[in-house]
Amino acid sequence: MARRREAMQRLASRAVQIGFLLALSALWYAATNFWGVNHLLLPNPAAVFHELVEVLRTGQFLPDLRVTATEFVAALALATTSGMLVGFFVSRSRYWIAVFEPLFAGLYSIPIILLLPLYVLFFGLGPASKIALGTTISFFPIVLSTIAGFGNVERTLVTAARSMGASDYQLFRYVLVPAALPVILTGLRMGFTVALLSILGSETIASLAGLGHHIVQLAEDMEMARMFAYIAFVVAITVLLNGLVSHLEARGRRRG
Amino acid sequence: MTSIRSSGVATTARPRAGEDPVLSSPLDSRLRGNERIKAARTFLLRHPGIVRLGAVVVILLVWEIAARFFMDPMFISPPSRVFASLGRVLHTAGVPDALQLTFFELAVGFAIAVAIGLPLGLAIGLQPFARRSLMPIVLLVYGMPKITILPLFILFFGIGPESKIAFGVAHGVFPIIITIVAGVQNLKPILLVSARSMGASRWQMLRWVIFPHMIPSFFAGMRLGMSGVLLGVLLAELYVSTAGIGYFTTMFTENFQPTKLFGLIAMLAAMAIALNEMVRRAEHRFNRWR
Repeated sequence: MARRREAMQRLASRAVQIGFLLALSALWYAATNFWGVNHLLLPNPAAVFHELVEVLRTGQFLPDLRVTATEFVAALALATTSGMLVGFFVSRSRYWIAVFEPLFAGLYSIPIILLLPLYVLFFGLGPASKIALGTTISFFPIVLSTIAGFGNVERTLVTAARSMGASDYQLFRYVLVPAALPVILTGLRMGFTVALLSILGSETIASLAGLGHHIVQLAEDMEMARMFAYIAFVVAITVLLNGLVSHLEARGRRRG
Repeated sequence: MTSIRSSGVATTARPRAGEDPVLSSPLDSRLRGNERIKAARTFLLRHPGIVRLGAVVVILLVWEIAARFFMDPMFISPPSRVFASLGRVLHTAGVPDALQLTFFELAVGFAIAVAIGLPLGLAIGLQPFARRSLMPIVLLVYGMPKITILPLFILFFGIGPESKIAFGVAHGVFPIIITIVAGVQNLKPILLVSARSMGASRWQMLRWVIFPHMIPSFFAGMRLGMSGVLLGVLLAELYVSTAGIGYFTTMFTENFQPTKLFGLIAMLAAMAIALNEMVRRAEHRFNRWR
């Protein structure tokens, strides 16, 4: 009985969600078709869908997608290696944690997006400035979570492994990593999100190529339907990537 | 900055402690030096904060030396010159107004984000059905990179302060909703049940049970919301701006005036840290009653 009620409730909340989306689309459609909202402000959903199909079919998004993806992968790889290395070595002693952890936490509270003009000055308008910004921004959550993960491994575990004669490598592989992994995964996930945001953001603000740049260009050309299509495309990609990362995170957690 | 400077003296004095020129016998001096080094070591081990400040000073020194002797002055300028020029940046025509405008956008955006996020979060959190049906939508919108729709904000709200405020609200409101909902979920059910069984009205429950226990998550949400609003406003400012700080950062970059650019960024960073610290202090104060 209780199970059936639960299923009913789940169905009802799904219905609300779908109803919400349908109402939103209906409102959008009505606003553009009947209430005379200027199509330069809000294009017709049918036109947007048409453009989206067109963009996907011709594959014209590929060069921009390639630029953005390269920047993103490079930034994330740099931030992950540097953040995890620095975090691991800092976490080896309580003293160094006390010295550096507040420093990183303090820097993390500054909105690093402010450095974008500087990075553009140093690295130019090309991908280098985006990679640098994405690396800087995602470095901090990764290093902080690595310090927290490796720094808070229970001493009993380490002592027990040592007294049973574990080598350095064994200690690392079978004690430290499994104990620290959940915390580090959280940090990596945050690093992933902020790297994506900062790269799309810096492409939007100052760049020559990439998906963010393309959206801005379409906005400036007043090609609203196509711009909405691109936005939908980018949002769909990020939602997909986020789902993938959540899945990986949950899997890593189970194993760790 | 004075605290960093003074501690810089303390750390640079450390290596010199071993070689005191007044002492005559070399053996004697070495012995004394060892003792002093030991004392300095225990002192530093007890005060990691001083080593931290020392690290900051070393970074600033490296930057200073690199900027003075090795790098192109078109692109980078040494920190000493930046600090010396802070006054001049403030007197550049329009900069004080720009800072004020950005601050105003932040304050209004934050107020609107709290005014929307708080009631919405409470409404969604207190109704299990609403929570289950609406939270996935909130999380979806929260996870979406809003920077992609920044051009839309500009189209709808113009290039003035309105679009910055709106974009700041869009970034700030979701963390607030999510934290408030999480806070409501963490309320101990026994408190609600016992209050109700003692005959508390709906308003009394809100006023005497829910609100006091929501204070920690309320402030956590405010802090996250504040950094969200800050991010949104700054992004919009950097994207397009006619009067705010975004205008000046662009101008200083394009005119190769790194000293002024660094100064402006340092001021904004100080502003961000101060705002963060204010919310954190308030959080700490209101948490103390528990």
